[in-house]
Amino acid sequence: MKRIALNGVGLLVALFAAFPVYWMIATSLKPNQEIFSATPRPVPAEPTLEHYREILTGNLIPGVTFVDFFLNSALVAVATVLLSGLVALLAATAVARFRFRLRTTFLILLLVVQMIPLEALVIPLFLMIQRLGLYNTLPSLILTYLGFSLPFAVWMLRGFVAAVPKELEEAAAIDGASRAQTFRRILFPLVAPGLVATSIFSFITAWNELIFALTFVNDQDRYTLPVAMTFFFGRDDTAWGSVMAASTLFTLPVIVFFLLVQRRMVSGLVAGAVKG
Amino acid sequence: MTTLIEATDEAAARETPARRRRRVDRLPYLLLLPCLAIIAVLLLWPLGQVVAMSFYKLNSVRQLRGDREWPWVGLANYAQILGDPFFRTVLRNTVLFAAANVVLTMILGTLVGLLLNRLGKRMATFVASCVMLAWATPALTGTIVWKWIFDDTSGLVTWLFNKLPDGLSTALFGRSDWTGYGWFNSPLLFFTILTLVVVWHSFPFIAVSVLAGLKSVPSELQEAARVDGAGPWRVFWSVTFPTLRPVFGILVVLSTIWDFKVFTQQFVLAGGTQDRSTFMLSIYSYAEAFSPPPKYGLGASIAVILTVILLVVTGLYVRMVLRQEDES
Repeated sequence: MKRIALNGVGLLVALFAAFPVYWMIATSLKPNQEIFSATPRPVPAEPTLEHYREILTGNLIPGVTFVDFFLNSALVAVATVLLSGLVALLAATAVARFRFRLRTTFLILLLVVQMIPLEALVIPLFLMIQRLGLYNTLPSLILTYLGFSLPFAVWMLRGFVAAVPKELEEAAAIDGASRAQTFRRILFPLVAPGLVATSIFSFITAWNELIFALTFVNDQDRYTLPVAMTFFFGRDDTAWGSVMAASTLFTLPVIVFFLLVQRRMVSGLVAGAVKG
Repeated sequence: MTTLIEATDEAAARETPARRRRRVDRLPYLLLLPCLAIIAVLLLWPLGQVVAMSFYKLNSVRQLRGDREWPWVGLANYAQILGDPFFRTVLRNTVLFAAANVVLTMILGTLVGLLLNRLGKRMATFVASCVMLAWATPALTGTIVWKWIFDDTSGLVTWLFNKLPDGLSTALFGRSDWTGYGWFNSPLLFFTILTLVVVWHSFPFIAVSVLAGLKSVPSELQEAARVDGAGPWRVFWSVTFPTLRPVFGILVVLSTIWDFKVFTQQFVLAGGTQDRSTFMLSIYSYAEAFSPPPKYGLGASIAVILTVILLVVTGLYVRMVLRQEDES
């Protein structure tokens, strides 16, 4: 009896959590007359891909389609991931492998800068971007997201580096491997899975970001996907089918990546809170 | 053979640490250098810069580019903001919104965490996967979907309210036809829906963290309390909560920080920065700075006020984390 009640509540929670995602996908597959009918159908009666065809082929402004925005976003996100991964790996190695005087200070700095409200930095970073002559370019966003994703990337990656047994590197060193060789042949391959997980977080940070992309890029053909979504879809309240199709395409990569790494995020954020 | 190896090992043990320490000294700093440079240039410098900008009158992009001079106005921006009754409304909105969201997120998240801990394995996996889905959805698209659910003609909520028996609906809300009802028109209703969206996005993190905490403490304590006749309420407050107190502390602080600076959901739900009655601090700062005519200095001063509030909260967070690192 109690079990049934618990399961019932569990189903309600699952429904509340997952319904909007389901509704987004379901709506994107419905023909217009179903979307705008007086009684909404829980499941598309005549599923269609017309909305996807519409957004993938239709020009939002002359010569620019959804695909171009998708590529802009992908370019920014991938560049952010590569830069942030490289820098974070170096820093994480320093923190996890060496004891030096400013180590604790650096760790505290990492924690504190993660708490800086990034929304408060729009104005000064806008100033910096203007001064550097990067206004209205995608590199302005890559630079910005690099700064945003780096502290968390180092924080997360240091756990992965620390988990690699030190003895392996010592053995390699005794066998005559140089520092660079030890790093490349021993540490790097073993940390690679952690680097992938960390990269996914940097990717999501860059992929989802809206405010800075809205502020730093002016030409419509250079918009990233989130900006294009608010500009072309978010304001048009009539074309819900296309809006939901675009939202689905935007969301799916994030959900897939996210599910791959969410465990790490929880353990990273509440690190030290629970005695293991 | 054995003695030879031992001898080499001993020699290594004698020599290596000292030699290594001398050789190593500079390397960690070199490895940290790129990271420190990026943090300094892209996070710390702008943080100082926003404070500096708040003391100037900056009303055009040409000033930012350095083509025109910056007139120093001292504390005039702060005087203007703090003397404006509208700022007090915005501050009140922000604090009330953050407080309501933190409380609701914590309650819902904790309950779901406790529930996941009690469910059978297959059911728990299913519910947790669904909860993850809400967490993974980007703030942008999650908000767009909720906006569609509350659409005034074909939205699900509008349909649901139209389904209510006319008499009941009229008695409760004073209307029976909900088609065309502006769900986002009154600030109170707007904030209620925004709360729904933000809680939906943020309770999964709390639930999963609470679950992780519960899994890490032995359940014997709770079972013992239950055997001794304690009800669920009593078990939670006397056994579960005290053991998980550090986790709850961090979760409350993190939620507070996040809910204080909600931007994307608000921006998308309001469809931009035109509707001043629903402003909160972060969007207020943005709108003052970037909506024409631009007032970068004024926007910066609001950003500084937001930052100071959050730094106080962050100070609490860092103290908490450090205390726990010491304990464990």
